[in-house]
Amino acid sequence: MSYVRPQFRHPNLLKNEVGYTSKEYEGSLSTLCAGCGHDSIGAAIMQACFEMSIEPHRVAKMSGIGCSSKTPAYFLGKSHGFNSVHGRMPSVSTGAYLANRDLVYIGVSGDGDTASIGMGQFVHAVRRNLNMVYIVMNNGCYGLTKGQDSATADVGSKSKAGSVNQFEPIDLAGLVLELGGTFVGQSFSGDRSQLLPLIKAAIAHKGFAFLNVISPCVTFNNNVGSTKSYDYVREHVAATATVDFVPMMKTISADYAEGADAKVTMHDGSVIALKKLAKDWDPNNRLSAITALHNARTDGKVLTGLLYANETSNELHDILNTTPTPLNSLGQDVLCPGNEKLAEINNALR
Amino acid sequence: MPKINDFVVRFANVNGTGSASANYLFAKSIFRMGIPVSPKNIFPSNIQGLPTWYEVRVSERGYLGRREGIDVMVSVNPQSMTEDIRSVLPGGYFIYDSTKPLHEEMIRADITYLGIPFMEKCNEEYTDPRLRQLFKNVMYVGALSALLKIEFDVLQQIIEEQFAGKLKVIAPNIKALQLGIDYVHQNFSYPLDVHLERRDLVGNQILTDGNSACGLGAVYAGATVCAWYPITPSTSVAEGFEMYAEKLRVDEDGKNNYAIVQAEDELAAIGMVIGANWNGARGFTATSGPGVSLMNEFLGLAYFAEIPSVLIDVQRTGPSTGMPTRTQQSDLTLAAYASHGDTKHPMIFPCTPLECFELTAASFDLADIAQTPVMVMTDLDLGMNDHMSAPFTWDDARVYNKGKIMSAEQLNEIGRYGRYLDVDDDGVGHRTIPGVHPTKGAFVARGTSRDEYAVYTEESPAYKRNMDRLTKKWETIKTLVPQPEVFQTKNNSNVGVIFFGTTSQSAVEAADMLTADGVVIDKLRLLAFPFGKAVVDFIAQHETIIVVEQNRDAQMRSLMITELNEDPKKFLSVLNYDGLPITADFIYRSITNQLNPTLATS
Repeated sequence: MSYVRPQFRHPNLLKNEVGYTSKEYEGSLSTLCAGCGHDSIGAAIMQACFEMSIEPHRVAKMSGIGCSSKTPAYFLGKSHGFNSVHGRMPSVSTGAYLANRDLVYIGVSGDGDTASIGMGQFVHAVRRNLNMVYIVMNNGCYGLTKGQDSATADVGSKSKAGSVNQFEPIDLAGLVLELGGTFVGQSFSGDRSQLLPLIKAAIAHKGFAFLNVISPCVTFNNNVGSTKSYDYVREHVAATATVDFVPMMKTISADYAEGADAKVTMHDGSVIALKKLAKDWDPNNRLSAITALHNARTDGKVLTGLLYANETSNELHDILNTTPTPLNSLGQDVLCPGNEKLAEINNALR
Repeated sequence: MPKINDFVVRFANVNGTGSASANYLFAKSIFRMGIPVSPKNIFPSNIQGLPTWYEVRVSERGYLGRREGIDVMVSVNPQSMTEDIRSVLPGGYFIYDSTKPLHEEMIRADITYLGIPFMEKCNEEYTDPRLRQLFKNVMYVGALSALLKIEFDVLQQIIEEQFAGKLKVIAPNIKALQLGIDYVHQNFSYPLDVHLERRDLVGNQILTDGNSACGLGAVYAGATVCAWYPITPSTSVAEGFEMYAEKLRVDEDGKNNYAIVQAEDELAAIGMVIGANWNGARGFTATSGPGVSLMNEFLGLAYFAEIPSVLIDVQRTGPSTGMPTRTQQSDLTLAAYASHGDTKHPMIFPCTPLECFELTAASFDLADIAQTPVMVMTDLDLGMNDHMSAPFTWDDARVYNKGKIMSAEQLNEIGRYGRYLDVDDDGVGHRTIPGVHPTKGAFVARGTSRDEYAVYTEESPAYKRNMDRLTKKWETIKTLVPQPEVFQTKNNSNVGVIFFGTTSQSAVEAADMLTADGVVIDKLRLLAFPFGKAVVDFIAQHETIIVVEQNRDAQMRSLMITELNEDPKKFLSVLNYDGLPITADFIYRSITNQLNPTLATS
């Protein structure tokens, strides 16, 4: 890691549509290990928010505990964040989202935080179709406690200390598909060109947008024999398609779709254009996504890209039939029924 | 000597046979006759088949705590008959279904048996087995109405209200009532010496349960997020909130101005509450002891990250699963110090449905002002039983106090914002709500150590400054919590008794019993933890303090000794922990026994 960040910025830094430069999407200096995949993901989140012209203060950064969960301090410094407790980010995010449906919720978690201690809350956030982006920075190990295997470590994967994992891994993307998740993507922290459009699409998605991002742990799980090392993942990636995210404004000119085999129109009108690499794959078909994921796994491959998206689902507030006004901004005049109503209630209890 | 308006009737039923509405009809009719009444369900953790009792105390003098001894037992459950006969006071009555004769062994010489062939009569009248069962229940209410002199018009009106709009159901209910009345008229001399006489002692009071009152309080306090996990005896708090919110919080477009989520467990429930409050909404949860145990981790986070939350703990009999459908006040130390590390949480102790309403509402203000979790400590007895209570009122001039929340304008006016700066010297910083300002006020809320500007730090002085500020905040909280109720304008005794929540009714009655013996004691009812100055003074002014509570380990007494640095020798205890609501007789006996040596010398 570097201890000093250069303060110099080009005076003519490009501004986005809401008048911010990319600098305004930065956070404080990362304290993760140099080369950590997590920082690349954080950088992609910053870039996505900048390019999508989301005002930083309209984003809430949610996390649990672990290396990944520390990252919200390192991006979007002008956004509120909540570094909660281990494995419990989904419930805190649920409450936050219930309180204010107008913010963009970006949750970051790790494989321990999600697939082990947080599994219970995670699956319920999926089934509630909580309107948030949920990124798992997946490195197959517990970094902050020095490299123990996590529940996503592959069978046969070798830790730095030389032990070989014998337990079946939990395939988070497959799990979310089975649970009825409405947006499932998988990527690699070293592949910004794919990760960036996926994050943008996840932000544009209405409902629970899940991204499982393989993010090698340079200190504890980047060794020969690990299936979550940079070298291994680079050699075993099988992309479903090249992905391009076209924001809503640009879709109107409709010049995006050149060469695209498939496109997914997001709830807000923006479009993900895909150039398919695998023939048997359809981003709107849950079953084919599950099949493709299984086939890739059988072949020892990490299938990446947008696996599945459903843009017509009801998210949590739709299901609860909540007012469009954020609940946290309703005034006492709306919330408090007043003494007169109590007279009726009292009468019914006499 | 006839017992007018002063007796206990107990119904022995089989769980799941529809007895609840018949029993309610009985209690409500006494209430409508202007006579103070206190019904209590004593029910099993079971849906169908096990014995369940409904106990109704009638008290002209207005004593609403549970009383020992049964004057009239209505037995419709053969399973518990032996025990039920044993529990009747000498001179009392045992009303039973005489369709089958009683075994000789069950005959006691000192009570009167009134056999009514409920089953036989209902089998003659009705063909549907379910109706036979339901109307058997109504029939015994009819029989009781003749024996105890309940006014028929009153019963009829309640039935009409219960089944408003279902005319078809009303007539057969009235008929079943009449069956019971007719049988009594034809076979017994009536009324019994134990009976009712109309009075005007109820005034404008209401009859309702504490849980729905807590739910209503949350509606009035402006709570918009309710996250909960089903657990007896707290479930009806969330249901009450939903019932009242559906009536009072749906806008013109049919959209809800509230959100209720049944969480996957109690951990998630409190997590959602914390997330909602962090984001500026008022959120709450309701649970019982096992849920509070699970919520410990999150409560520590809310304490340390200083996020308001309201938790209603409807206590039940622990430890572990304990007796899930019985009452206790045994979560006090758990709630007071929930979570690892140095933590302390305010607790509020309502004792009537009105206080459930008012103090729940007040707890939202307290949580927001103090930026910390607040626990409203009720129990199964208060939460699930109907209680007579002063009616609900709300001062329309009352404005929610959401504490220190920085607006965008306020942020513009200051220099660097620091979430945990003690700018007002009361230990309470200024919050910002996510999204408030484009460039100022943002920070990462966390359970890890941080400095005054919410920046992560592991520097010891910064950590210690923060912990000391939290101690200072605790001192502020002492001035914010509801003050105790002191029953005398000046002290009359060197003995003071302290009670709270559902011990109160019985404790006051016990004190009256002691007074009748010539033993005068001073009384104080706690409404909150931490203890404010009035509690400290009361303790200082008495040589002996007796703490009445419903747990084994004298938890409230421990809190007093610990928090106030008091001499344990000064504190006596009255402890009831059998799962049934404490009685005045029990408190009276316990205090008399403990004070006797003193009395002998005075």
